[in-house]
Amino acid sequence: MHVLLEPLQFGFLRHALVVCTVAGALCGLLGVFVILRGMSYLGHGLSHAIFGGAAICAAINVNYLVGAGLWGLASGLGISRVTRRRIIGGDAAIGVITTASFAFGIALLGFYSRVRRSIEATVFGNVLGVSRGDVVLVIVVAVVTAAVVIVRYRALLFTTFDPEVAEVSGVNTERVDALLMLLLSFAILASMKVMGVTLIAAALVVPAVSARMLTNSFARMLWLSSSIGAVCGFVGMYLSYHLDVSSGATIVLVGFGLFAVVFAVTGRRGLRRVAGSQHDKPAVVNPLEPVHVD
Amino acid sequence: MSGQALLRLRGVSHNFGEALVLDNVDFDVAAGELIGVVGPSGSGKTTLLRVLLGAVVPTGGTVERRRGVRAGYVPQVETVNWHFPVTVAEVVRMARTEGRWQPWPSRQERRDVAAVLDRLGIGALGHRHIRELSGGQQQRVFIARALVSEPDVLCLDEPTSGVDVHTRHEVLHLLGELHADGLAIVLSTHDLNGIAAHLPTLVCLNVSIAGRGSAREVLTPAILERVYGAPMDVLEHAGMPLVVDRERNLAQIVNLRRAGA
Repeated sequence: MHVLLEPLQFGFLRHALVVCTVAGALCGLLGVFVILRGMSYLGHGLSHAIFGGAAICAAINVNYLVGAGLWGLASGLGISRVTRRRIIGGDAAIGVITTASFAFGIALLGFYSRVRRSIEATVFGNVLGVSRGDVVLVIVVAVVTAAVVIVRYRALLFTTFDPEVAEVSGVNTERVDALLMLLLSFAILASMKVMGVTLIAAALVVPAVSARMLTNSFARMLWLSSSIGAVCGFVGMYLSYHLDVSSGATIVLVGFGLFAVVFAVTGRRGLRRVAGSQHDKPAVVNPLEPVHVD
Repeated sequence: MSGQALLRLRGVSHNFGEALVLDNVDFDVAAGELIGVVGPSGSGKTTLLRVLLGAVVPTGGTVERRRGVRAGYVPQVETVNWHFPVTVAEVVRMARTEGRWQPWPSRQERRDVAAVLDRLGIGALGHRHIRELSGGQQQRVFIARALVSEPDVLCLDEPTSGVDVHTRHEVLHLLGELHADGLAIVLSTHDLNGIAAHLPTLVCLNVSIAGRGSAREVLTPAILERVYGAPMDVLEHAGMPLVVDRERNLAQIVNLRRAGA
């Protein structure tokens, strides 16, 4: 019991615990769309893009949240736009746009020493600086994200599964993509302080991949992934305190541990589901006999 | 619009950059018609379907749609992500994305989806994951999604591409039944003998329209050579045209290459 209660006597750790748990659930929820769209690299790219925005904000003394948020959103929309030109794949678009932004941030580090100090915490994650404002931010972003996912569930599902037919059927897929990028940018921004730029991609991808191996239902995958993310954030934060290791690292390692357990338990069945997250041909079937996966 | 036409294209042209994909195309779809669009890869078949659906605004010409006409679209099943976590009923409900914000289906939606699945003979499969179905059943799911919005015109892009002979027969029979129920159908196909020859109306397309009429009128050596750029013969089999390659030496060439000559 002492192990559980000891960290709670410190105000900053109580804040960090809330932020990690809510951020874990938030990243888990949005991670479902990221992996099903075959854009697992997106979280990695967007967080690096936001790093560039954060460096600029620090250099010119502009509010970090506003500046980095807008920068992340612009990068996300840029990726969407470049990806729509079918000659360029989504992965290449992420590589071009976000690494350029990251490089810009690195260049600024060389010029401004004050940028270096505030940016280090952004890269690796730091629970010591978590304030009440960070708690409010992550809760607001999580509530708004959950509300948007509920209200636009059908359009998000259709656009993720079959963007071509969704567009033909009257869904404004460009707007849905932009909405998703907006949510992702703010989720990364709200989570970056505790997760760090370098590890936030895993917080997006790992819970969603574990959830995919556990279910064949999209709705169930959404809440499973959110729950796994929340558990990873909560347990990872406790481990971070007791092991004196960075919070981002412990959260990701707990996620990986859960993934390994799910992987082992679901075996071949789970593997088959995830292996085909990218489009591929249907199973070779005898038309007279339905093929059963489970 | 006059007459029975539901959709009418007049002088439609479309470019992708500098590439002309449709050139001065006139195309009518009347109520209850079943039209096959044939042509080689890159001939503009998919673009033509997307113009009919209103998903592509052509760079030239006019598109007229009779007031209130609804069009349903069935994509190539080869483009579907079969590992996506959705059931058959969820896929069909996607057609009702706009108009209701709640994620869960209404009772009316459940009834409508069940009715269309029953109509297509897959009523018992609503709870199944899409990957657990046979090829013919998978194709029916996507036709069901198009039908649940009660379209007047059904557009199918290569509905038999990459499927086996049994599935092809299933799809053809299903389309025949829907056509008999009065639905207008436009489909694109590469399959001249397996699909096109069985359809009442064919349009031969290669950027511009080379011929429109019955299979017997359109599948002629002259039109086929103009559209495909290769000499073809048209034989008669069981009262229907049968298209064969005129290059009689093809088998010999392949055999020589195999032998390392």
